[in-house]
Amino acid sequence: MNRWLCPLAAALLSLGLVAATAYAIDPLPFKDRAEEVRFQQLTRQLRCLVCQNQDLADSDADLARDLRKQVFDLMREGKTDAEIKQFLVARYNDFVLYDPPLKPGTWLLWFTPFALVAIGALALLRILRRRARAAVGESVLRQAGPMQNSEEEDW
Amino acid sequence: MSRLLPLLAFFALVGLLGFGIWWNKHHEMNEVPSPLIGKPAPEFTLPLLYDSAQSLSKRDLLGKPYLINVFGSWCVTCHEEHPVLMAEAKKLGVPLIGMAWKDPPADSRRWLEKFGNPYDQVVSDADGRMGIEFGVYGAPETFLVDAQGVIRYKRIGMLTPELIASELKPQLAKVRQATP
Repeated sequence: MNRWLCPLAAALLSLGLVAATAYAIDPLPFKDRAEEVRFQQLTRQLRCLVCQNQDLADSDADLARDLRKQVFDLMREGKTDAEIKQFLVARYNDFVLYDPPLKPGTWLLWFTPFALVAIGALALLRILRRRARAAVGESVLRQAGPMQNSEEEDW
Repeated sequence: MSRLLPLLAFFALVGLLGFGIWWNKHHEMNEVPSPLIGKPAPEFTLPLLYDSAQSLSKRDLLGKPYLINVFGSWCVTCHEEHPVLMAEAKKLGVPLIGMAWKDPPADSRRWLEKFGNPYDQVVSDADGRMGIEFGVYGAPETFLVDAQGVIRYKRIGMLTPELIASELKPQLAKVRQATP
């Protein structure tokens, strides 16, 4: 069994690696490797508006190609990554960013998970406390006489 | 009480999921609201489709409200929308500017000759650069620009007679009221 699983896992893994490096390829005239890396990193943080679950680096949509060209031109104009993102946000909303910015409109998105964990922790604490109390009560009862029918609220 | 709590939590969850279903049904989920509404339309100067030596710019249009309809001969929904524009455009009382987006001018011209031209003027944005300035991400899209050159309304997707009556006309009335 193991003899089969290992090559299979390796094959799947390498597939994943291949997929990760398979960008939509444009003949953009990068001047060096550093510029290309910066371009790839930047476009991977930007969402394609047409295929909305793909990033700009990955998408083959026509508009994505135009936007990649736009990003490239802005880079050539000497704009910083933040300025390029701002350029796109001004036209297409925060939606173009894969990483939503922290602002009052996104508090719910950012903080709900923590709030839920806190609620869960509080509930757990309450249950544990009650059980501890019930256990103490039980041992007291056991000492006092035969055990009563103590129905525990157990959920 | 604490025995009821899980049940209440369950119903709250059901309520939340039900709300999600309702919300999805009543909203276009892949529609990205434009941040440009209420902001000045981008400065544009685009060549006229029928005379590329001449151009139309935002400045030429200042002073009265107008509509910009983004279309392309390659766009299936635009083809669907086209008869609506043919029937309704002249009744709206404001100029309708066609913007042939990411479309070779010859193709746009052929398309308009074949099906009719509902536009008062048509400009060509063949490389799609001005589309990006307007935050266009799929044709058809329609912008309402007021007399001061501010975008007041945007429709992503086709205009239907119902939408024109329920959304566009009230917006037009508002814009007209604000025009001296």
